Amino acid sequence: MIQTSFRNWALDETPASRSQANWGRRYRIWLSLKSNPLAMIGLGIILLFALLSLLAPLIAPYDPSLQNLGNRLARPSAVHWFGTDELGRDILSRILFGGRVTLGMVVSVVAVVAPIGLAVGCVAGYMGGVVDSVLMRITDVFLAFPRLILALAFVAALKPGVESAILAIALTAWPPYARLARAETMTIRNTDYVAAYRLTGASRWRIMLRHIAPLCVPSLIVRTTLDMSSIIITAASLGFLGMGAQAPSPEWGAMIATAKRFIFEQWWVATIPGMAIFMVSLAFNFLGDGLRDVLDPKQN
Amino acid sequence: MIKVDQLRISFGTHEVVRGVSFDVAKGGSFGIVGESGSGKSTVLRAMAGLNEDWSGRIAFDGTDAPLKRPPAFFRQVQMVFQDPFGSLHPRQTIDRILSELLLVHKLPDVEKRIKQALSDVALPQTVRFRYPHQLSGGQRQRVAIARALIAEPQVLLLDEPTSALDVSVQAEILNLLADLRQARNLTYVLVSHNLAVIAHLCPQLGVMLNGEMVEQLSADDLRAGRTKHAHTSALRTLSIDLEEPA
Repeated sequence: MIQTSFRNWALDETPASRSQANWGRRYRIWLSLKSNPLAMIGLGIILLFALLSLLAPLIAPYDPSLQNLGNRLARPSAVHWFGTDELGRDILSRILFGGRVTLGMVVSVVAVVAPIGLAVGCVAGYMGGVVDSVLMRITDVFLAFPRLILALAFVAALKPGVESAILAIALTAWPPYARLARAETMTIRNTDYVAAYRLTGASRWRIMLRHIAPLCVPSLIVRTTLDMSSIIITAASLGFLGMGAQAPSPEWGAMIATAKRFIFEQWWVATIPGMAIFMVSLAFNFLGDGLRDVLDPKQN
Repeated sequence: MIKVDQLRISFGTHEVVRGVSFDVAKGGSFGIVGESGSGKSTVLRAMAGLNEDWSGRIAFDGTDAPLKRPPAFFRQVQMVFQDPFGSLHPRQTIDRILSELLLVHKLPDVEKRIKQALSDVALPQTVRFRYPHQLSGGQRQRVAIARALIAEPQVLLLDEPTSALDVSVQAEILNLLADLRQARNLTYVLVSHNLAVIAHLCPQLGVMLNGEMVEQLSADDLRAGRTKHAHTSALRTLSIDLEEPA
């Protein structure tokens, strides 16, 4: 009932207020995303993992750091669904709590990276000239390093841990976003509608913030979603190399790292966190592809 | 009202406008006609303040316009663009597009002014919260005109305001522009490659060729064929041939 009335309200061809027009646009985007099964599978998996991680303290069967040396490296069973690791800790509980660390890192990285990339790209693209050259050469410098190596160097220079890992990944991940935002801005800045806004007497910053940046956001969202999987893998790699989350913390990459000694004898210890990383990365890729179809500014 | 004197504009080393001069009286209407690339749109963009790199003199109401215009300038002079599909922000509602100038200049009664602007250009109030892609070409151009008028300008610069529209819609927009000029005592500068459009709206016109204004004459002279420059005669003959294919 509420659903149908919202639907009619949002899809009204002649909206009567600002919010109705905005909701109408959002609802149309949602409808076209909903018609893409792969994107919905991706979204479902991501929401499932997010929910499981958030509710970990309530649903995890054991304390993730509870050791039981008498029951170490146990096979998956009814008691321990995913088995136990080398210290007898329940792997299912560690995966659930590990989701908080790994996904938390990814979200923090994106929350830092996307706005920085957008700001640098928009300013460089719209201002042009010297500002553009300086900002883009800085971007080039960051782009010239392999991502993981640079992140490793940053973490080593700070101190190994989750916060430094977030900072390091963020510092290495923003340049492609800046490039993308700049390219978008360059195609937008010479259009007539931007010229029309210049004729209102608005400042350059106002035009950038209110009229240009919002048009760059869709392609950045798509890029971010597709980039999520590589951020997860970088975060996990740092954990694997001992530069990310530290020992008792159940980070997925670190879990694989400690399991590498018995990967052939007790396969589940390394495979389960690997599966988790794989599932989430794949889900983000599915969602990203779907969003690209829906949000592409060149369409509609 | 408008005085343009020895206006010169270069892009790099290439001089696109070479010393153009003309005057327009208050409430008058001046047409600039020429082929593509003759520099006519460039003149208009420099007058509007979109091009900040020119030499010569552009004056409105006796005041010389500086290279970089102050915000108050845009309450006096506004512009309507050629392509109504490219001149409206694709992700903003008509409401938002119209309100921007009011917000920048912190004008009161935003609500009332937007409603008034829509009815001034004979658009129904229902389009207010729609997006540009939901409107027809003619409706979009009306929105673009409303956006210019909401500043309550004295001068309206029109860059081929009808060339992207269907013939039937062209007439509607031209009549709307003619009515608005009379009602508000606006001063127009209209750029077009279409002599019929210019002659319909402008009693005076100038012909541009390769960045120079080669002839200024009245619309009556043009109709009667009293042209002096060969290019004007050529344009006139071409226009007549196109109108009445023999």
